[in-house]
Amino acid sequence: MARIKEKAYEWIFTALAFSSLIFLVGIIIVLFKEGFPIFKAVKAGDFLFGRAWYPTYEPPEFGIFPLVLASFWVTLGALFVCVPLGVGSALYLHEMTSFRQRSVLKPMVEILASIPSVVYGFFGMMIVAPVLQDLLHIPTGLCAFSASLVLGIMAAPTVCSIAEDALSYVPKSFREASFAVGANRWQTLTKVVIPAAGSGISTAIILGMSRAVGETMTVLMVAGGAAVIPKSIFDPVRPMTSAIAAEMGEAPMGSMHYHSLFAIALILFLITFAFNIAAELISRRFRIKLGHSG
Amino acid sequence: MKTKDITQKIGFAALFTCMLVTLFFLGAIIFFIAARGIKVISWEFLTQIPRGGMTQGGVAPAIAGTLYITLGSIAVSLPLGLACAIYLCEYSPKGIFVNIIRMSINNLAGVPSVVFGLFGLAVFVKFFGFGVSILSGSLTLGILALPVVISATQEALTAVPHSLREASLALGATKWETIKKIVLPTALPGILTGIILSIGRVAGETAPILFTAATFYTRRYPDSVFSEVMALPYHIYALMTEGTHPEEQTAIAYGCALILLVLVLAVSGAAIFIRQKQRIQNA
Amino acid sequence: MKKLRIPQAVIYAAACLLAAAGTVCAAEKVVVEGSTTVLPIAQKTAEVFMGNNGDIDISVRGGGSGVGIASLLDGSCDIADSSRAMKDTEYEKAAAKKKDPKSYVVAMDGIAIVVNNSNNITALAKKQVKDIYTGAISDWSAVGGPAGKIVVVSRDSSSGTYEAFGELVLKGEKVRPDALMQASNQAIASIVAKTPGGIGYVGLGYVTDSVKALEIDGIMPNKGTVLSGKYPVSRPLFMYTNGSAKGAVKKYIDFVTGPEGQKIVDEEGFVALE
Repeated sequence: MARIKEKAYEWIFTALAFSSLIFLVGIIIVLFKEGFPIFKAVKAGDFLFGRAWYPTYEPPEFGIFPLVLASFWVTLGALFVCVPLGVGSALYLHEMTSFRQRSVLKPMVEILASIPSVVYGFFGMMIVAPVLQDLLHIPTGLCAFSASLVLGIMAAPTVCSIAEDALSYVPKSFREASFAVGANRWQTLTKVVIPAAGSGISTAIILGMSRAVGETMTVLMVAGGAAVIPKSIFDPVRPMTSAIAAEMGEAPMGSMHYHSLFAIALILFLITFAFNIAAELISRRFRIKLGHSG
Repeated sequence: MKTKDITQKIGFAALFTCMLVTLFFLGAIIFFIAARGIKVISWEFLTQIPRGGMTQGGVAPAIAGTLYITLGSIAVSLPLGLACAIYLCEYSPKGIFVNIIRMSINNLAGVPSVVFGLFGLAVFVKFFGFGVSILSGSLTLGILALPVVISATQEALTAVPHSLREASLALGATKWETIKKIVLPTALPGILTGIILSIGRVAGETAPILFTAATFYTRRYPDSVFSEVMALPYHIYALMTEGTHPEEQTAIAYGCALILLVLVLAVSGAAIFIRQKQRIQNA
Repeated sequence: MKKLRIPQAVIYAAACLLAAAGTVCAAEKVVVEGSTTVLPIAQKTAEVFMGNNGDIDISVRGGGSGVGIASLLDGSCDIADSSRAMKDTEYEKAAAKKKDPKSYVVAMDGIAIVVNNSNNITALAKKQVKDIYTGAISDWSAVGGPAGKIVVVSRDSSSGTYEAFGELVLKGEKVRPDALMQASNQAIASIVAKTPGGIGYVGLGYVTDSVKALEIDGIMPNKGTVLSGKYPVSRPLFMYTNGSAKGAVKKYIDFVTGPEGQKIVDEEGFVALE
């Protein structure tokens, strides 16, 4: 009896352990099932590279190139903000603080990483956009630039936290060897520690990028929402996530518009999926290199 | 001074600036929202229903709605996450299955929140016919929180010394008895931290509940899991984009943002500091 | 080991909470969903109506005219707000699902063309508005204003307001793709209020002191001109029900179309029916 009970528990845990996989596969199936019908109406090439997004006209046009490009530009812009801020802060935490200071500052950064995105969006809409509009004399503050700025600030704590973890994996012996040959702290940091933690830091950046490209509320509230190929960074744009969030409410279920939004979500999913796989491969190699397993 | 020392000074100054700028921006967000939000916060604001066409009264239904959805999502993610972590730490033979499970957890953690929203819409709202409801929203957010719960629980289970397990097994306890009576109680603080962390994450999510749980206005508190609810994060968005009284609504939105911020920061703050303490103890 | 009780207690508590919540079901429920234009009317009337009728619970969601009608056909809402009449394709879907939507006009609305308060323009011809939105005109100097880029703000291409605007002003032509597409009337009003070169269109209820409404073809949008039909960009606002309204739904619709409801319509800035 006890043996059967033991076995039963093992089976229950094994079965439930697959829930993540089931959900992940479920998401993929749903996205394919609901997104694919659009390709009966529009050729895949026209969908991906079409320049006109007029989903409700008669006849409708489903070209998501402006949306993809908007996501790309906004994410790229966010990188210019979150990489220096995040990685710089991580290096500062790692190199210039005492153990006590770090044990206060690091949790603080992690707490800041938990500020909800809708709060960032609200802040961007109420403060950042009007300030930038006055400061830069641009027609509207709701544009790719503001969205990048807010997204970058938002992703900085995440990047900082993961990058600092990577730095802390670098064995002490590396640094000591460097000091022993007469290098100062800065040289040790730039020539020894950063290269050693390089792939760990890249993982942090990729995960930050993945967060930025999938972020919804911030860009919905700050990016402006014009479905056009941007000519400058001060043009309003409509990233993929904000198109989904803004239009899903208005798209009648089962219409081509509905399917096209699922197809956009599918593309978004594949992009972040690729980022995550890349991050995982790099971080695995990194741990092996530094002699950590797992 | 040697060149390399000057470089060092400049370099460190730059790093210090990065940290300062990061903290400055985040501080500015908290400051602005606190300064403007505090003006509308009162006992009435926290306990009354909205009145006067969303321009007066309070946001109590939104606070309650957020609590309901959050609790519901924990009810989903906790059993699944706990079981998954127990399997990975206690039962799993190393092998391809374990790698697949690990990979799917990592990838699930990276799925954009709006994609969870679409998944919830297609599966829970439409396919299962739960409608826009607490149930649909809780299930959607529960899946979103699953990776957070799993990784925190895993960390807690891994920190339990092997000698404890071996002692229990040596005394003739079975594997399940060992897990139930030795491993889980020892890991409990860490598991609770994980739960609190996921509460902080879930409470602020907007995109996943946009199509699955949130509504603009309802007077009463929900009377079943099939009720749609108001929710704080969605309410901020809705106040900024819907309704005919922008000035009054913006003020209320600041109030909601402050409540949400305090809620999330307090919850995650508690969890992160507890975790920090545990990590130092375990190290 | 007593410690284990805590997570179990948490699970049980959560489960009990959900289960308890599932069993209690007291008041009659009405779900209203749809157009963001009609939303303020629906919200305020629901608020007052529930004050008089304690046994009826109304919840109000935005989302858009299209989603409201889709939900009505799905059976996931009782009343669909719409800022446009149902389309033929929607009636076909309704017939396929054996539903019989009935429309109730609850208010009239004018779509006001609004600009920033600093703009010296006070009137435009309908043709000029069309040229601005289609991209034929892109500088204020072309319509008699100071030189400066026109920032065109439009509703999301799937909203009812957009469709009405497209029908009444654009005559089927496309809005220039670089227009800022916003998800709500209020977003348009607040952007135009903050943007010196901005132009947008919003329901009459959304015109506040922070933006300036323009005369169109010499007619100022206001309650009188909309009701008399003189103002060229106006439309009725609808609530749709599944079959003729019954019970609580009928009570609510009667309230909205009755004198008290119409007073609220007026207070919210829309045009009450005669």
